[in-house]
Amino acid sequence: MSGSLLSVSAARRAFGGLVAVNDVSFEVKDGELLGLIGPNGSGKTTMLNLISGAIRPNSGMIVLGGETISGLPAHRVARLGVARTFQLVRVLPTLSVEENVTAGGVFGHIRVWGEDAHKLAHALLERVGLGGRAGTPTGSLTYIDQKRLELARALASNPRLLLLDEWLAGLNPSELRIGIQLIRDIRNDGRTIIMVEHVMDAIRSLCDRVVVMSSGKTIADGDVGAVLSDPAVIRAYLGGENA
Amino acid sequence: MRLLSASETRIGVIGALGLASVAMLPLLDQGYTLTLTVNIMLYVVLCTAWALFSGPTHYISLATAAFYGLGTYAVALGIDILPFPLLVLIGALVAGVVAGLVGVATLRLSGVYFVIFTLGLAELIRQVVTWLQSEMGSSLGLYVLTDLREQHLLWMLTGMAALVYVAGWLINRSRLGFAMRIIGNDETVARHVGIDTALAKVVLFIISGTIIGAVGAILAPRYSYITPTGAFNSMISFQVVIMALLGGVHRLWGPLLGVIPFTILFDQVSSRFPNHTSLVVGLAFIAIVYLLPRGVLGFFADLASLRRRFRIVLVEDGKAVP
Repeated sequence: MSGSLLSVSAARRAFGGLVAVNDVSFEVKDGELLGLIGPNGSGKTTMLNLISGAIRPNSGMIVLGGETISGLPAHRVARLGVARTFQLVRVLPTLSVEENVTAGGVFGHIRVWGEDAHKLAHALLERVGLGGRAGTPTGSLTYIDQKRLELARALASNPRLLLLDEWLAGLNPSELRIGIQLIRDIRNDGRTIIMVEHVMDAIRSLCDRVVVMSSGKTIADGDVGAVLSDPAVIRAYLGGENA
Repeated sequence: MRLLSASETRIGVIGALGLASVAMLPLLDQGYTLTLTVNIMLYVVLCTAWALFSGPTHYISLATAAFYGLGTYAVALGIDILPFPLLVLIGALVAGVVAGLVGVATLRLSGVYFVIFTLGLAELIRQVVTWLQSEMGSSLGLYVLTDLREQHLLWMLTGMAALVYVAGWLINRSRLGFAMRIIGNDETVARHVGIDTALAKVVLFIISGTIIGAVGAILAPRYSYITPTGAFNSMISFQVVIMALLGGVHRLWGPLLGVIPFTILFDQVSSRFPNHTSLVVGLAFIAIVYLLPRGVLGFFADLASLRRRFRIVLVEDGKAVP
């Protein structure tokens, strides 16, 4: 459990003059749930995009279980075992709910097809709380159900690393409780997860460790309680004069 | 494991019977109906092959004339040396190779740039062929004289139609077909679930181009005298797009619904208004787009939902009446 699954070293990505991710380094251990937090615009989503291969780093290295994934296109990274959800939920509207889940399992890390894919999709729908909904039109799902569907799709490839980009954002208090429990269950299966999140309750109750980013740099990395009481982190969130 | 569902079997049987009866036609008629049916079958194959790629990807390809012309020229250049069936195969392969090269080079282009490139492609190949012919000092055209008559063309096109439908059906139930549907929904998601989107698109573009090339080769004997202007005529590209979209590209048999009325319409217009064909066809096209914005397929879908709603209203009215 103690081996490092993902290691990010000096990853850098600039958009024009703006350095969104500025030489960021951190490690994620096997089976760990890492929280990636920071104020808006601090580069968290860009960091996830660098890991998932959506964009390439200008410099630095990202290694997944001994294999360098930085610079690889997204589909190759996915096949090596990285699955993700998106900040703005992305379901496939003309596909059925079941097909939305199998989409994640047919081409990815561990591949299934035919009857196996069908069984896997039903098991995962059950898992995320959409049991019995396999046939419903995807467009008629509520927001939380779309998020559940996206999570089931990400799990369908049995990924080594799961990236959740503000998966809990926009949920009401009761949905939030369900969502947090769901992530806890998935994590208890031994899944390694990086979650970008603003919901502090979720960070506190779920994460083993947090990395805090501000203006593209890591300003803290460590145990949740210690990091959240770190004056630098509070300053980053609330502004200098309040610290 | 179930091989075919009940509805697939039914569609398969209806399709086979339909194609068989088309193949019987030369026994009944050797004149106008036969010629018209050859035209219909020609565009059925072209439009369905076009829609195999352009339907799921939403990339409008105007390269049909390029692939078609390459097939025609394969026959024109080799007819004195090699047997006709082999030339059809060569025409298909050449078109497929060009489709692969074009695909690798251009499928990263998005939307309108892809359209313009494919339009330019047919023109480019036409200019290259013209230049080569003038460099070699031969006359502008090439003769293709064979014993093949209209009915032989019809039989070959019917075979191609069977091929393109079976190919389309196999693709739809394969991983490639599933990948294309995901790409059509959201390309970013497609990449992140592990689909090599560029490769999937190129493979489908090659399949589509190969079929179109084979059709161009099959039709070569019909023209007898082949010139670059005739073989790489971009009207073919536009007509294929119009007919396929008129029918609907989200079902394998959708283009068929566009090809039949449009081919008949085009035929009628060109015989009655020989000097104003383009004008009348243009007006007809505007009317069609205005009246059937979602194609024939979409029109039927709308009609079905309208009828359902109408029936509900009727039932409610029925209750209201004592």
